[in-house]
Amino acid sequence: MSEQQLFKVTIDNITIEVPAGTTILNAARKIGGDVAPPAMCYYSKLQGSGGKCRTCLVEVSKGSEKDPRPMPKLVASCRTTVMDGMEVKNITSPRVTDARAGVVEFLLINHPLDCPICDQAGECHLQDLGYDHGKAGTRYEFQRRTFHKVSLGDYIQLHMTRCILCYRCVFTADQMTAKREHGVLDRGDHAQIATFIERNLHNEFIGNVIDVCPVGALTDRTFRFKNRVWFTKPVDAHRNCPTCCGEVQLWMRGDEVFRVTARKDEWGEIKDSSDGKTGWICNTCRFEKKHISDWVIEGPSNINRHSVISQGHYVGVEKPAETFEKVMDGRKPRYFMDIHNVSEVNRPDIELSLLDGPATAKIFDEPQKDNK
Amino acid sequence: MQPLTNRVKDVDRRPMTIGEKIYLPAILKGMSITFSHMFKKKPTINFPEQNRPFSPVFRGLHVLNRDEEGRERCTACGLCAVACPAEAITMEAAERQPGEEHLYREEKYAARYEINMLRCIFCGLCEEACPKDAIYLSETFAPSNYARKSLIYGKNDLLIPDPKTEAADLAKAKGL
Repeated sequence: MSEQQLFKVTIDNITIEVPAGTTILNAARKIGGDVAPPAMCYYSKLQGSGGKCRTCLVEVSKGSEKDPRPMPKLVASCRTTVMDGMEVKNITSPRVTDARAGVVEFLLINHPLDCPICDQAGECHLQDLGYDHGKAGTRYEFQRRTFHKVSLGDYIQLHMTRCILCYRCVFTADQMTAKREHGVLDRGDHAQIATFIERNLHNEFIGNVIDVCPVGALTDRTFRFKNRVWFTKPVDAHRNCPTCCGEVQLWMRGDEVFRVTARKDEWGEIKDSSDGKTGWICNTCRFEKKHISDWVIEGPSNINRHSVISQGHYVGVEKPAETFEKVMDGRKPRYFMDIHNVSEVNRPDIELSLLDGPATAKIFDEPQKDNK
Repeated sequence: MQPLTNRVKDVDRRPMTIGEKIYLPAILKGMSITFSHMFKKKPTINFPEQNRPFSPVFRGLHVLNRDEEGRERCTACGLCAVACPAEAITMEAAERQPGEEHLYREEKYAARYEINMLRCIFCGLCEEACPKDAIYLSETFAPSNYARKSLIYGKNDLLIPDPKTEAADLAKAKGL
């Protein structure tokens, strides 16, 4: 079998030709849009990922040209390679949507419904999946699995209660570092992502586990509780970094850089950088460069307009010219009230983005010097 | 032209007759209508002493709710602020520290929460967006004020009295 051999595969009545050895999921992603099955554990940039969460189940209604029998069960599309003449049903099959809704419910059995607190809310794949399948609530009445919160090093917060055991972070740490430092301990219901005896993670690229986590189990401590994702504006930026590609996405509010992440593609995976490699970014870029002067800003990131992140971001606004001064012979308008004299929110003297951890009552209760 | 309704009356522009010119019958007719109202039920009430019942969907002044143990319900999730069409709500979140469990219900809370009543349009979308039952529009009119700066409501203005320590205030606020 040469690599040039192309297989014709039909997914949801759309035919595409892909090289032999491509998985159904990747073939569907080539078509794009709603045809691509959702994936919680599969990550195209990580070898060996996939096959754990079962959200990408599809129905194969025709095995191949030579053996047209349908596959008896739904198959995990991230692990099943295409055959010539294969016919796949994803969103056109009620069996698939039904099974996927069941999978979502199972994923949510132990996942706490604490989205109002979780920093991942708004960019959480599980949240999207739950809403897509109308499974925002829960039928589960028993005690949920709970763990203590753990800080993995100074920068990463592990909230094991929210983990869905997709193993993406384990693969990331395994494949990006020379020495494996964390993994899944225990089995079954007790399985948890942990460093052995809660040892800190020290690696220049370990911050990428935050980006690959599909839920809010691994979050950025330097961004913890500081703002909601949809109140920050994502912009693409770069800096000359000696360790990584330095191409990142800044989540800004005004001139404050609240969070730095790698750039994501439409599947929520880290994009390739301009040199063609996967755009993993280093810890220095991610956690320590929180000044706008550290970065060269390229422009606002392209955000799907259906995403909550684009809420309240007025794109393409044409600001009308200020006519007051022209009409009033150069006199400046007199303001009745400067909001910062009255408001206690967004005090100019508190730079939340520069705090190492979450804000506490102490920070806000410090008296304001200029205005009070 | 075809009239829009069947209640249209043409104006009578003929010159007045002598009976109409002495006005007396018209005045008597008017007076009888006026005096007949003295025997009808009063449609007005003595406002500050008496109050009209609010409609069940009335949307008045906001309150920030507490739970039964007096802990603040708000977790600063920001859904009210993103739902607010007038962009009147702003907040800043903080992490609950050990020892503050009796004050805040969840591990994150709103350290600062402000509603700019100059901007608020009382649409009630914040109440609908809230996943924690933390913000409600009460059956109270928002008081007016001469100074703009008094209309930026912070947490002190919005939080309901603590049901444990200020039970009497809470009962009064509820009108019991």
